[in-house]
Amino acid sequence: MTQVLDRPAELTARATPAERAARRRALLEWIAVHSLGVAAALFFTLPFVFVFLTSLMSDSQALSRDLIPHTWEWANYRKVFDTPGFLTWWRNTLVYAGLGTVLTVVSSLPVAYALAKFRFRGRNLTLMLVISMMMLPPQVVVIPMYLFWAKQLDLSGTLWPLIVPLAFGDAFSIFLLRQFLLTIPGEYLDAAKVDGCGDLRTLLKVVLPMAKPGIAAVALFQFFTAWNDYFGPQIYASENPDAWTLSYALESFKGAHHTDWNLTMAATVLVMAPVILVFFFAQKAFVEGVTLTGVKG
Amino acid sequence: MATTHTLRAKHRRSALRTLAFLSPWLIGFAVFFAYPMISTVYFSFMHYDGFRPPTWSGTKNWTYVFAHYPFFWPALRNTLWLVVIMVTLRVLFGLGIGMLITKIKTATGVFRTLFYLPYLAPPVAATMAFAFLLNPGTGPVNSLLESVGIPAPGWFNDPDWSKPALTLMFLWGVGDLMVIFMAALLDVPKEQYEAAELDGASAWQRFRFVTLPNISPIIMFAVVTGVIAAMQCYTQPLVAGKVASGVIQGAGTMFEPGYPEHSTLTLPQLVYNLGFQRFDYGSACVVALVLFALSMAFTALLMRRRGGLIQAGD
Repeated sequence: MTQVLDRPAELTARATPAERAARRRALLEWIAVHSLGVAAALFFTLPFVFVFLTSLMSDSQALSRDLIPHTWEWANYRKVFDTPGFLTWWRNTLVYAGLGTVLTVVSSLPVAYALAKFRFRGRNLTLMLVISMMMLPPQVVVIPMYLFWAKQLDLSGTLWPLIVPLAFGDAFSIFLLRQFLLTIPGEYLDAAKVDGCGDLRTLLKVVLPMAKPGIAAVALFQFFTAWNDYFGPQIYASENPDAWTLSYALESFKGAHHTDWNLTMAATVLVMAPVILVFFFAQKAFVEGVTLTGVKG
Repeated sequence: MATTHTLRAKHRRSALRTLAFLSPWLIGFAVFFAYPMISTVYFSFMHYDGFRPPTWSGTKNWTYVFAHYPFFWPALRNTLWLVVIMVTLRVLFGLGIGMLITKIKTATGVFRTLFYLPYLAPPVAATMAFAFLLNPGTGPVNSLLESVGIPAPGWFNDPDWSKPALTLMFLWGVGDLMVIFMAALLDVPKEQYEAAELDGASAWQRFRFVTLPNISPIIMFAVVTGVIAAMQCYTQPLVAGKVASGVIQGAGTMFEPGYPEHSTLTLPQLVYNLGFQRFDYGSACVVALVLFALSMAFTALLMRRRGGLIQAGD
């Protein structure tokens, strides 16, 4: 024991003063960086912790200033599931997010492929238009779109106005996929051509398997865009609670249960949890997506 | 002769195939952007309440929005506040966290995941969470502040503190910037740091003359995309205002956005307020066009800086 403790002292004794100073500076820097790291980790984590703890409090305790539940009311989660409509909202969200994601990938991939690998006049112009659409707030065209879906097609109060447009390519997904497809070497495509593959066959047999990570990133982002969407359901589904999605319905927990913060927070946890769970299974795709669209091609 | 013929046929075939591959988006662009955009311009000159047929009203909607509608200028001011202050803080904080994560040598993966997770929290859920955390009565944040003797602000219930509260929430979700800054910082050539160190440059000088020039395109990207996102800010201020004001949501509930005292009103919320609450579709279209002009101006800025940001192609 003493031997182990002595050894560093021995080493320090042998080091020159300059080395010792450098070593001390490195140690101080290590401590400073890691304290900052822990402080930041608290800032990023504590909101989740407080929300979770409150979701397990009794009704009356949730209105107090306590931070830790006296009794752990797991039944709160049951109450949320028993809320009329909750399962319908869950199903609507899955339909909107799931169907929307499939349609987005199917319709965006060929567009992204053409923008990444075909040479044609107007390619840069098309790309710029795609990027501009990516930056466009949905509110810019919402009035005519609403009038079109609600007054002409009589489809307000359903999820169709949210899902159908996704069958026509989504600007962000096209951009992200194109960035990804740029990294596929042209030789593979030439080889496929030499082997007599048509464009569609090349896309399905060569590009698709190689683009899987890019497709995974797009699918995840699109899924969560739909999962998180508030504005779309507010415009098209607000009048009909049977068409609400979870993100839109979340607020109603505050209303239905007045100031029952415990149930509201339990519902909040249930809306956040799937996103976070999926992230743990698909971290790479997420981070890849952020860097691909954020940094460079 | 025959060769030109086949060449032309080949060209036509290749144009057709390009068109076929692009068609989903081209149709989408026409139906879901070009047509409604023209309609937005058309409706901005019409009086239309959704029930009686639209009638020509000249520039009435425009003068109404700019001169008489009491919320336009406050909303524009709030949007600019977010664009200037929130975006600046977010970029600085994101850069700081990005630098911190490159320096952390223990359990880096755990730290990175913890820093990134809030970015994934669904906006409505995050807003509900912050409305609870920051509520002046029972919120844990004010409990903590008061227990260490700091006077606790009213956050989403105080017009002076509602935008800082929103900003705090956006700082919490800084994970996307952390990731792109981290990638950029790791890309800075090591030799440049070594050379600077040999020249006796201090830590600040190394940051100023090596790090900053290397990552400036990414900073620019973060600023421009941040500005665009700030201009579109809709869900968070709306939900925060609703929850803080205690409005109960349900079919047909009326909530004047911007609580408290229009301090969280943003331009996109005006489109909703004018169109779907006041049934003044014409004036809503005027605000939509203002929003369009601003977004396109910022997007043009992004494209002009495209060099290192968005690769145009081979």
